[in-house]
Amino acid sequence: MNIHEYQAKELLRQSGIPVQPGAVATTPAEAEAIAQQYGGAVVVKAQVHAGGRGKAGGVKLARTPAEARAAAERILGMSIKGLVVQRVLVAQAADIASEAYVGIIIDRASKRPVVMVSPAGGMDIEEVAASTPERIRRLAVDTRYGLQSFEAMELAFFLYPDVRQARAAARILRQLYNAFMEHGASLAEINPLVTTPAGDLVAVDAKISVDDNELERHPDLAALRDESAEAPSETEARRANLTFIKLEGNVGCVVNGAGLAMATMDLVKHYGGEPANFLDIGGSSNPDKVVSALRIITRDRAVRVILFNIFGGITRTDDVATGIVAAIRQSPLTVPIVIRLTGTNEEEAVRILAGAGLSAMTDMDEAVRAAVSLVGAGKAA
Amino acid sequence: MSIFIDGRTRLLVQGITGRDGSFHTRQMAEYGTRVVAGVTPGKGGQTFDAGAVRVPIFNTVADAAEATGANVSVIYVPPLFAADAMMEAAEAGIPLVVCITEGVPVLDMTRVYPFIRDHGARLIGPNCPGLITPGVCKVGIIPGRICTPGSVGLVSRSGTLTYEVVNQLTRVGLGQTTCVGIGGDPINGTNFIDCLAAFEADPATTAVVMIGEIGGTDEQDAARFVAERMTKPVIGFIAGRTAPPGRRMGHAGAIISGSTGTAAEKVQAMTDAGIPVADRPADVVPLLRERLDASVRR
Repeated sequence: MNIHEYQAKELLRQSGIPVQPGAVATTPAEAEAIAQQYGGAVVVKAQVHAGGRGKAGGVKLARTPAEARAAAERILGMSIKGLVVQRVLVAQAADIASEAYVGIIIDRASKRPVVMVSPAGGMDIEEVAASTPERIRRLAVDTRYGLQSFEAMELAFFLYPDVRQARAAARILRQLYNAFMEHGASLAEINPLVTTPAGDLVAVDAKISVDDNELERHPDLAALRDESAEAPSETEARRANLTFIKLEGNVGCVVNGAGLAMATMDLVKHYGGEPANFLDIGGSSNPDKVVSALRIITRDRAVRVILFNIFGGITRTDDVATGIVAAIRQSPLTVPIVIRLTGTNEEEAVRILAGAGLSAMTDMDEAVRAAVSLVGAGKAA
Repeated sequence: MSIFIDGRTRLLVQGITGRDGSFHTRQMAEYGTRVVAGVTPGKGGQTFDAGAVRVPIFNTVADAAEATGANVSVIYVPPLFAADAMMEAAEAGIPLVVCITEGVPVLDMTRVYPFIRDHGARLIGPNCPGLITPGVCKVGIIPGRICTPGSVGLVSRSGTLTYEVVNQLTRVGLGQTTCVGIGGDPINGTNFIDCLAAFEADPATTAVVMIGEIGGTDEQDAARFVAERMTKPVIGFIAGRTAPPGRRMGHAGAIISGSTGTAAEKVQAMTDAGIPVADRPADVVPLLRERLDASVRR
């Protein structure tokens, strides 16, 4: 789960990290009032779950409260990568002498959190890694012991030759590590970590992603979720315990299991079609989940055929059939449906479907070809 | 022969009285697996009716291991308790721990992984379907009826996609030594290389099918291992060719980060290592047959 910059900064502030002062506004008047309160220049920043806000015009410097109001007027309601801006962060503008990057991610190779630092602050760290990898220093932390002071100092000296600044940076690194662990994060970064002309360090932008699997343990973090920043179909899918990802095609896919769901999308593409979505109904799927899945898929107007691909193991295919029939009774389909199911209770499933005038296939390849040919775009006959 | 589990497997079930644990314990016992113990704290002294057998329940893994000589543990406890269950099994001296549970926080796994390793145990999973040695023993949730004994080894990051491929193998009479699901999480206990090395060392296995997916570099590392260390033919499949970058495709580990972990790079690495990669699940069988025929002629 991603949280907004202003939320991430609040968590970092609670961990003791010096953060650029700022407050969130949902109207231009609020933005003006915040700027008034700070005096001086402010930066008005769109709060959306998308990178490249600056390039999209979602970040503006305002020298006066009136300018802050005007900036907020322009940014609120603006669309960045398809996401409408509902909030802006109004932050005191920082005087910048230099910028650094500090961040923590989970590293699959070492199976540990890795702390990364770079003097190339303010840039996309992936770009830095690709173009000037020597400007990044990494350290994999054994979580049984945590980030030690000497380790943090080694990283900090890579950023700052001055011992006072290195000490301050090492403190920030350990605070960031503690925040990462405490909040069950999968990513936490400060970019840039600014050095002011006076030599002080301050976090000017921050990003935190929380491991979805941790949310049950952290209801306070789960409450930070901004559903207005998500596609409504994805919100509904999450509530129904389905994994759904909207794509650009027109073949709506309903599959049990993530690997099979990906393989189904790939096969749609292989036969010249385009998948409209990834949708995994999970292992022990009940009929209600299938009803939710069909509702979510049929709401997408681009969908011209629905393809079920169910390999019954723990998933009982008769449950899926019952769900399909129930969903169609609630609201009849306006697009054709192709159903492939095999495995647990297959005969019963076929009987249930036949009762509603539906037929099922047992072969995945055949079913995908049939679905693609129904939208007419495929190379399959 | 087989890898990891066989006729000597004495299985312990952690979470035996839970919804999933009880259902699958019956399935495993029915398949012929020797289920010797269950653990549910607070229910020690009771027994669990697994249909074929009555299984004694213990409060702790240490008690269960001591009383029954269990040598494999399978875990069906809720996600926030799974890390503790895995470490408890290793601490009790169980050499093979299989965690079926999905949704284990990844930071928990950063502690569990070194703990298991330092105890000299092997962990399979979490978030995996477990493993099966057809006709002998199953640990986890892979449906027994789609498998048949034979000489093909199978290792996969997925569940139902594995069933799809195993089913196709079985239908044409290509039986399996052992099918292992290593799980779809970013940090798991056993990787492709561990399984490939075990299959290479298993005299009964003549060829291996590996089913990978987007995310991470496990398949690329495995490809290098196959090129350098394996004599047996390996056939591959990679799911997620159409997956968009930056999105988790159901499995926590199935994500393209930046430009790394794409299907294209995995297919390339495997092809470079001489591993034929199937375009469709239905192409696995013909590719495997081709390689098996070629190795027989040689």
